[in-house]
Amino acid sequence: MAKWFVRTFLVAILGCSMGIAGANEAAPASADPALEARMMAISSELRCLVCQNQTIADSHAELAVDLRAQVREMLQAGKTDQQITEYMTARYGDFVLYRPPFKPATALLWIGPAAMVLIGLGALFVVLRRRSRLAADQFEPEDPDSIA
Amino acid sequence: MKSLKFLIPMGIFLVLVLFLGAGLKLDPKEVPSPLIGKPAPTFALARLDDPTQTIRRDDLLGQVWMLNVWASWCVACREEHPLLVEFAKSKTLPIYGLNYKDQPAAGQKWLSDFGNPYQASLSDRDGRVGIDFGVYGVPETFIIDRQGVVRFKQIGPITPEVIRTKIEPLVRQLNG
Amino acid sequence: MTLIPEMGHFALWLALGVALVLGVLPMAGAATGRSDWMGLARPGAYTLFVLVAFAFACLVASFVRHDFSVLYVASNSNTALPLQYRIAGVWGGHEGSLLLWVQMLCLWTVAVAAFSRHLPEAVVARILAVMGLVSVGFLLFMLLTSNPFDRLFPAPPDGRDLNPLLQDPGMVIHPPMLYMGYVGFSVAFAFAIAALLGGNLDSTWARWTRPWTTVAWMFLTIGIALGSSWAYYELGWGGWWFWDPVENASLMPWLLGTALIHSLAVTEKRNSFKSWTVLLAILAFSFSLLGTFLVRSGVLSSVHAFATDPRRGLFILAFLTVVVGSSFALYAWRAPTVGLGKRFALWSKESALLGNNVLLLVAALAVLLGTLYPLVLDALGMGKISVGPPYFDAVFMPLMAPTVFLMGVGPLARWKETDLPTLALRLRWAAVVTVLASLGTGWLAGEVRLVSTLGLVMAFWIAASVATDLWERVHPAGAEWADAGNRLRQIPRALVGMMVAHLGIAAFCFGVVMVKSYEVERDVKMSVGDSTTVRGYTFSFNGVKELQGPNYVAVQGQMLVSRDGGAALEMRPEKRIYRVQQNPMTEAAIDAGVTRDLYVSLGEKVEGGAWIVRVYVKPFIDWIWGGCLLMALGGLLAVTDRRYRRKPGVAG
Repeated sequence: MAKWFVRTFLVAILGCSMGIAGANEAAPASADPALEARMMAISSELRCLVCQNQTIADSHAELAVDLRAQVREMLQAGKTDQQITEYMTARYGDFVLYRPPFKPATALLWIGPAAMVLIGLGALFVVLRRRSRLAADQFEPEDPDSIA
Repeated sequence: MKSLKFLIPMGIFLVLVLFLGAGLKLDPKEVPSPLIGKPAPTFALARLDDPTQTIRRDDLLGQVWMLNVWASWCVACREEHPLLVEFAKSKTLPIYGLNYKDQPAAGQKWLSDFGNPYQASLSDRDGRVGIDFGVYGVPETFIIDRQGVVRFKQIGPITPEVIRTKIEPLVRQLNG
Repeated sequence: MTLIPEMGHFALWLALGVALVLGVLPMAGAATGRSDWMGLARPGAYTLFVLVAFAFACLVASFVRHDFSVLYVASNSNTALPLQYRIAGVWGGHEGSLLLWVQMLCLWTVAVAAFSRHLPEAVVARILAVMGLVSVGFLLFMLLTSNPFDRLFPAPPDGRDLNPLLQDPGMVIHPPMLYMGYVGFSVAFAFAIAALLGGNLDSTWARWTRPWTTVAWMFLTIGIALGSSWAYYELGWGGWWFWDPVENASLMPWLLGTALIHSLAVTEKRNSFKSWTVLLAILAFSFSLLGTFLVRSGVLSSVHAFATDPRRGLFILAFLTVVVGSSFALYAWRAPTVGLGKRFALWSKESALLGNNVLLLVAALAVLLGTLYPLVLDALGMGKISVGPPYFDAVFMPLMAPTVFLMGVGPLARWKETDLPTLALRLRWAAVVTVLASLGTGWLAGEVRLVSTLGLVMAFWIAASVATDLWERVHPAGAEWADAGNRLRQIPRALVGMMVAHLGIAAFCFGVVMVKSYEVERDVKMSVGDSTTVRGYTFSFNGVKELQGPNYVAVQGQMLVSRDGGAALEMRPEKRIYRVQQNPMTEAAIDAGVTRDLYVSLGEKVEGGAWIVRVYVKPFIDWIWGGCLLMALGGLLAVTDRRYRRKPGVAG
């Protein structure tokens, strides 16, 4: 018991001293981490036009680096996410957005899945209910021992 | 009829095949320009050959002109360049160059090595004007009309066929 | 110069001939009752396998021997490429991966030929014939448009090298597993076509088809999990799923395959919904073929896309149209005559399973919609859009919620008819535990959030339901505790498999939610001696070292990580430049653990000699792939159930 106590105490002291004496705490990579995080969040929904299968956040292409810088500048100037999106689509079209905008042309895209669930489950319900009302002779007879 | 519903999978599939077939002729990587039919972005850039002089978008109003985006580091531009030099001789329309993300010295050397079809080249060192024009791959070429509206964009090198079938007819039409 | 490539090429032509015979004669034999023609099926399958395996061996040999006079080898290999990647390079490009596809198809064909003694002659003949016909398509495609044995003269002194991204152990195993999976659905497909042709669509058919489908599904699950974990380990940005068209192309057959496994259970047990099950079997393989088209035709832009050529795209599209179109035509012709099977009520295990089917089908269709929508709009001249992770995440997660709900309810529902109030009562503890555990986990992790709680509810609901099921079996009302051990042992292995697979899904959901909600990232500038602390882990930087790999040079960061002053762990992220293709690659350093991964990647050097370093603590991320492994294990347990190991003829 005492051994445990001493050991823990020493580890704690060592831990603290490493925290105090040790090491300079590394500076954040960017001057404003919160802004940087916002920039990355926006960039991760924008498509890199050069490599085309990565986001601007992940791509190493020069254009991606330039566009990230552009987004950063716009955020520093106080622009909203919406304004930044509009800036990008004015220059590159909707292609640059990984989140397709909701427009008449994309209505089917956005509503489709929910509609399919409703239609699918609805159709299943109707079919099953209709079946449950059919006469017994439409079905196969039960085996006496098969129900689990 | 009850049996008709069994044809639904087939029906949906055939429609799908039609679209997939159509898709074979398209290029999923090509990004059409949203600028067509809209005013060209404003710019004010230094001339490549004389940095003390600035050319603005509005300086170029009143004429039909071509903007060709190029760079000395761009391999595909070398392919296109002789064609442009030749085309410039026909004086169909004035060609201005946008020297995109390049060192002015390198750019000037490239022009002196390979010929200069441009009335003037503009120095876009940080690529901002390129971004405003929606440039994503060099070379790219735009045609802008008298009112400063973008009418045409070519992504990738210009070919003789593009000149013949698209550029020349368009310029004739825009010139009235 | 050897003639190994020519021999391989010739073997493929012979294989085409054999496949044609296999595809036509046994089928005709089954239709006309000719035993001699039907008898050609098994030998045909074995011969086809030997020929294709020989061709495959020739291609492997060309790679191992550095035969750069073969164009495909020159494009995908290099003298400095280590042996294991030379072999893996065989399937690194379009032509070779096609040969792998055909090789897998032949493997499955031979397996069916070998393990089908209990099936009637005509059924075996039809099944093997269908698989032969599919081989014909792929062999023809290879021989006409994508020959892996094309020569290159003059042979270059060295090759272009395998893409460095593919030079990884994951590359060696991921494509073979994946292909075993989606090619494996061809078996269920062949069974379905054979049943439609022969008119013997019944529960026996379902019983035969089930193990084949489950095994294919297992391989596909492992293949997808390997691809995802490979992306995580290899690509250096810490992501593991991008909703890329090629990833979607493997997910869609997986969703349909899952639906098929469940639908086969209904058909086997109750002889019901046979035409629906047959349709799913056709759909699962159709989506595999569709995936092959999407990846190789150039119709979609993808990070995985092979070199494309419209001629190839047209061929695959034609093949797809013929195979799938004729299957759907056969379906439309024969399915209306199939009977209704045994009766079941609106609320029953059967309807829960069917509800699951509908939801999985909708999920697959939703993925298809998102993947193809840009193409559709472009073809209609309505502009170009992109559909990426923000769309799929927004749409897919809500679809999974009702599916997961049913997963908790279905296993406890009774066949034929189930009483809803009783069911709800039986699940009441599961519901309570689910809510408490979800809130508790969020609180322990540091923050309770709506979306993450909903995700956790999904994970815990499945686990709680499995626990309830297990409890009811081991300790039913009125039973003695002493009996519990016996009861546990008596649970059929197939049911244990189901529970394990469902727990796998719960683990998967848990991993996904935890990592997405509670991951921490820190980007810092580090000079020698600097450190940063994330979630109790202290990362210290000791500079970089330069080193040489077999075919690359690298800069390697030296990091030490410790927690609460405990033992220090070394982590060495790298930036590599591969000599031949000259592209830079980031190799992240990962310390994997059951409760978290530590992930460090080296960024750029900045002035002053410091380096940008990205440090992540990713909680429970390995549960994602661990969950997939559990799913596959569940499948294995189900397939090795006693009833499949009984010799035919024994009553049961």
